[in-house]
Amino acid sequence: MERRVVFSGWLFPAFLLMPQLAVTLVFFFWPAAQAILQSMRREDAFGLSTQFVAAENFAAVLGDPFYLASAEVTLLFSVAVAVLALAAGLLLAVMADRVVRGAAVYKTVLLLPYAVAPAIAGVLWLFLFNPSIGIIAVGLRRLGIDWNYLLDADQAMLLVVLAAAWKQISYNFLFFLAGLQSIPASLLEASAIDGASPRRRFWTIVFPLLAPTSFFLLVVNIVYAFFDTFGIIHNVTQGGPAKATEILVYKVWYDGMVGLDLGSSAAQSVILMAIVIGLTAIQFRFIERRVHYA
Amino acid sequence: MKPIMLAAMAACFAASLGSASAEPIELQWWHAMTAINAERVNKLATDFNALTDYKVTPVFKGSYPETMTAAVAAFRAGNPPHIVQVFEVGTATMMSAKGAVKPVYQLMADAGEPFDPQNYLPTVTGYYSTADGKMLSMPFNSSTAIVYWNKDAFTKAGLDPEKPPKTWPETFAIAKKLKTGGANCAVVPAWITWTQVEQFNAWHNLPLATKANGLDGPDTELKFNTPVMTKHIAALAEAIKDKSFDYGGRLNEAEGRFVSGDCAMIQTSSGFYGNVKTNAKFAFGMTQLPYYPDIEGAPQNSIIGGASLWIMGGKKPEEYKGIAKFLSYLSRTEVQREMHEVTGYLPITKAAYEATKASGFYDKNPGREIPLLQLAGKPPTENSRGLRLGNLVQIRDVIAEDLEGVFAGKAEPKPALDDAVARGNAILRQFQKNTQ
Repeated sequence: MERRVVFSGWLFPAFLLMPQLAVTLVFFFWPAAQAILQSMRREDAFGLSTQFVAAENFAAVLGDPFYLASAEVTLLFSVAVAVLALAAGLLLAVMADRVVRGAAVYKTVLLLPYAVAPAIAGVLWLFLFNPSIGIIAVGLRRLGIDWNYLLDADQAMLLVVLAAAWKQISYNFLFFLAGLQSIPASLLEASAIDGASPRRRFWTIVFPLLAPTSFFLLVVNIVYAFFDTFGIIHNVTQGGPAKATEILVYKVWYDGMVGLDLGSSAAQSVILMAIVIGLTAIQFRFIERRVHYA
Repeated sequence: MKPIMLAAMAACFAASLGSASAEPIELQWWHAMTAINAERVNKLATDFNALTDYKVTPVFKGSYPETMTAAVAAFRAGNPPHIVQVFEVGTATMMSAKGAVKPVYQLMADAGEPFDPQNYLPTVTGYYSTADGKMLSMPFNSSTAIVYWNKDAFTKAGLDPEKPPKTWPETFAIAKKLKTGGANCAVVPAWITWTQVEQFNAWHNLPLATKANGLDGPDTELKFNTPVMTKHIAALAEAIKDKSFDYGGRLNEAEGRFVSGDCAMIQTSSGFYGNVKTNAKFAFGMTQLPYYPDIEGAPQNSIIGGASLWIMGGKKPEEYKGIAKFLSYLSRTEVQREMHEVTGYLPITKAAYEATKASGFYDKNPGREIPLLQLAGKPPTENSRGLRLGNLVQIRDVIAEDLEGVFAGKAEPKPALDDAVARGNAILRQFQKNTQ
């Protein structure tokens, strides 16, 4: 039954692979190699004097209490964003799945935030909440809430978590909705006939069957919170107050582009690269195992 | 279809070749100016281009740090712009890049362009010159920190609108009266580190760092964790606690709150004038920075902020000739005067200052001379000539972080200042290592 197309030589398949390989080489391996090289050097901003320092930059980074604090902030931030975005995405998907009339409209509207670039999302939230110019900030102050995330670390964290999660909800919504629609209706009907309440049906049938989707989304959301939220942080808090929202990827940028300390910045990006590789490996292992079950 | 397109392309190509030989030498000028200041940059380039065979092309590159980083990256890629506008805190970084930049004094000498550093205001050029007075970059937009007050808000709170506070004790007292008199926000300092630490120390003739604040050598160490500074930060924190002061952030975000009438007083750059003049719907005044009268020698003089133009290295001699001509053009009295009167930035030559004074501009526009008087009121000392600290951008953030801790009630002033000094010194040593 199995039908396979077999190429008669290696030249043509190699030719077909070329574009993808070239892109990977130019946009991934080459910069990655550069980063590794740079991470073992000490250099002034202009590159006029370069010294090879081996692992000194890594030792300095890992021994820096501010780096460890930033790692802690990143962990808190990522977990908060992932949990919030996943929970909201799931809730909306379950709701939208039930809607009969005008479903397309709901879905389209719910997907819109995903089309917004992180930097733009940051600016939107900034205009709403900035203590000086924000519309909602004015309202909060009228309500007697002392809203000033330029000084209040918790408020700053809350704001960037909300902004980052808001942007990711659409993505999660889409995947959860697809997951829900692939659950056989017969299973749900059978359990309804057996007298299971909607709540019970959700927790015993829908939720377990959504587990592979959820796991996939968890990894994607954490990677998103780790890396793609730079624009939001940059526009809203610049990592402040007192580094309370300085996530690792922001620190890489700050130390490299503002501090012009390229060695340290490169060492930090190499560490981040290792984290992504780790996360991706975990995802592949677990997802593959799940596929066997399903 | 095809032959026609080819012919058209060939024609275009020939045309571009033909015109290339007749085109003036292009000089790239990367800058970070926005709004009315960007218009000024474009006007300067257009006016200069009309007078000469050169073509200065201004390119907006984003914020100050972004513009500087872009120039650094372009240099590394082997294609830097001819002229780049670098903010004052980037001075030490640019200076240390020997070979990457061409010092202005050398540029002028090589190009045979008449140039006398004595024509410039020493308080302005001192920031950008070597210890023996050789000018390294050309000051472009220079400002200093001053106080703006909302006269209507003063009247509303029952205060004399023509009597702004002169000292810090008066400022705190007036802030309380403004607050109880109905102002939503009484006083807000912008550029927290620049106004409350850098300017504060120069204005009180206190050292920010050893070695004349770094002007005399890169082995400088921060030492602003003094009793006076501690007392001031404690007083600020106290005022923020009872809401008679507001914390407005590290940059100039707070300026919007002054223009909108939300805050009654602000300490910020003299370059803010154009914005207030255009947008404020109330009467306002400008006055000198407050000082503590019990500190001997205060007030001394304030230091400048803003940016200067650096000339990048590795360009052709004929291009340097054009750049030298452009810098001479920028130094012309009428060009300087116009820039000063329109934007609120300072004139950089003595002649332009004198001409503005002679024209009666300051009599018609009270307050506009404040920044110049404040800068040049006394001959500068070791503590008030300027700053030259490597990675000052980062050091500013470190200080701001520690101050934010105090203002949020999470840290005590003295340990916070000690921490800022220790971390700042670590950054200075790292800079020294990287650029050795």
